[in-house]
Amino acid sequence: MSIIIRLAGITKVYQVGDESVHALDGINLSVEKNEYVAIMGPSGSGKSTLMNIVGCLDTPTSGLYELNGTNVSEMNDNQLAKVRNKEIGFVFQTFNLLARSDILHNVELPLIYGGISSSERKHMAREAIARVGLSDRIHHKPNELSGGQRQRVAIARALVTKPSILLADEPTGNLDSKTGNDIMALFDTLHKEGNTIVLVTHEEDIAEHAHREIRLRDGKVERDEPVKNRRIVQASSNVGVA
Amino acid sequence: MQFSEVLIMALAAIRANKLRSILTLLGIVVGVFSIIAVMTALQVLQNSIESGLSQLGAHTFQIQKMPVMSGREKWLKALKRKDITQMQAQRLKERMILAGLFSVEAWGDVQTVQSGSIKTNPNVGVVGEEPIGVAANNWIVKEGRSLSENDIQNSAYVAILGDDVARKVFPHGSAVGSIARIGNNRYTVIGVFEPKGNALGGNSDNFVVLPLSTFLQEYGKKRSLNIMIQAKNAETYEECMEEARNNLRTIRKVPPGDEDDFTLFSNDSLISTFNDFTIYVKLGVGFISFISLLAAGVGIMNIMLVSVTERTKEIGIRKAIGARRANILGQFIVEAVVLCQIGGIFGIIIGILGGNIAAIAFHMPAVFPVDWALIGFAITTLVGVIFGVYPAWKASNLDPIEALRFE
Ligand SMILES: Nc1ncnc2c1ncn2[C@@H]1O[C@H](COP(=O)(O)OP(=O)(O)O)[C@@H](O)[C@H]1O
Ligand SMILES: [Mg+2]
Repeated sequence: MSIIIRLAGITKVYQVGDESVHALDGINLSVEKNEYVAIMGPSGSGKSTLMNIVGCLDTPTSGLYELNGTNVSEMNDNQLAKVRNKEIGFVFQTFNLLARSDILHNVELPLIYGGISSSERKHMAREAIARVGLSDRIHHKPNELSGGQRQRVAIARALVTKPSILLADEPTGNLDSKTGNDIMALFDTLHKEGNTIVLVTHEEDIAEHAHREIRLRDGKVERDEPVKNRRIVQASSNVGVA
Repeated sequence: MQFSEVLIMALAAIRANKLRSILTLLGIVVGVFSIIAVMTALQVLQNSIESGLSQLGAHTFQIQKMPVMSGREKWLKALKRKDITQMQAQRLKERMILAGLFSVEAWGDVQTVQSGSIKTNPNVGVVGEEPIGVAANNWIVKEGRSLSENDIQNSAYVAILGDDVARKVFPHGSAVGSIARIGNNRYTVIGVFEPKGNALGGNSDNFVVLPLSTFLQEYGKKRSLNIMIQAKNAETYEECMEEARNNLRTIRKVPPGDEDDFTLFSNDSLISTFNDFTIYVKLGVGFISFISLLAAGVGIMNIMLVSVTERTKEIGIRKAIGARRANILGQFIVEAVVLCQIGGIFGIIIGILGGNIAAIAFHMPAVFPVDWALIGFAITTLVGVIFGVYPAWKASNLDPIEALRFE
């Protein structure tokens, strides 16, 4: 199996006043293709910081980060933008959709920045929206959708460029448990279809969807092991995972 | 990323903040309006002057005592000049070799024209002409006949009426052959001129032409005459003007080195005089527009900075999904430029409409100053770029993760 992500000795130090906060304190880990990883840990343990670094939104204070064998730490701004665009699909807890744009445009946006032609782009975006079951909402604005639907749009946007890895930072954190379950069912399907997924959660039953669980504490990997009681859940309703 | 995408995003952002966009545009609209309106009006004026002057006919120039379009001081000084007399005109005519046509005319009296109980206001210009002068002025007799040598020799009491006068005093049927009272005398109407329309705000159809001899007899010989000279052809035109100037200086005994004590002007010299005058207007307007566009530009920059702050989250999202610095930079610059251009287009449209009020006032055809419209558009674009760059640069330099955290 090929290694997609390799982190070695990653640290992140925030300077708050004259105090140094070691948000990440020497992280070593690898993620292989088609793995399904849950990152757990108490609040403040560094989960988001780690995800942001893996997602190339943030840069580590020190350490090595290789994505598909390329050293990300040495990339310039434009190269990082390209990696974010092509290699990474990021799903946020707060959805982070463009409020003024409709669903189609939101999902199209990464392809616009990727320089894909208009007709191809529309086709790909519609396909991604169909996969999350929102084909009938294509021209709705985010504020006309429920939380679960918004997160589906965000997932479609993350998927649309066919990235090497899907990252999700507490994707169900803003959703009720039933809707959260639907979203997790969607992730399960995406994983079965061959996607590599890393998601952050602090809920045990969410983490149980994954195959591997990494526990962080105080910016260090406390535990890294396969999930024993894997949860195979069906979508609670016909949310149409196409 | 295609330009059309950037444009669509910019328009969407502008539409999303309609009121703010409109307020921002106002400054640009005013700045562009003032340039375009004044330039349009000046163009109308220039056309008006040129069409007025084209009445002089080809390679024709005129000599008179008083200056044309001068300041008050120059005018007062010129009042002290000696009149151009019939004698001087006669001697000049004899000396001129290069002149094709040479005619003398006298202007300067306004009278009431009357027939029966119908009369005009006492503002009808009375002009004394020689037969060739009628042609040299490009006046066309549409009905009846023009002046003849006989009319001059006999100092006949005949008149040709301008179109306005004819229609006012003889509303029913033809004026030709009727008797019209002009001032204190009765004249036989021998012809009516074709209408010319108005030039320079004056009404060029509100006049009557009498034989020069009759005019001088009635209105006094003590008045300065105008001399109209047409060169034999375009090639000798300049030379002919020099000949006339030198001869008239000799005749009027102007000491060498002194300036002319008469005014010699042609279509071209009048236009250049007008242009000399308008350059100050243009400079003034240019300055005012510059200031207002500067203020508008600073306004745009301010709005764009606010917009960048407000949309920090949006910028973060865009960066998170792969927007490069250049994409964000382009997006915000295009937004500022499009905003300015919309204002510019409005300014150009109302500027042209406003400037053409002059066209209505002078009864001239409307003008569309394409060059100034393009210049105005280019300037607004430039304002957009100049004042859009800094906010856009700020937006493009935002750190993705910090921008995403922004609430
Ligand atoms: N921008 C920041 N400035 C200073 N400290 C930060 C910043 N972001 C995170 N931290 C600190 O880093 C630590 C890890 O935070 P985070 O990765 O958000 O934790 P988690 O997502 O696991 O709750 C926390 O102690 C947090 O206070
Ligand atoms: Mg977190």
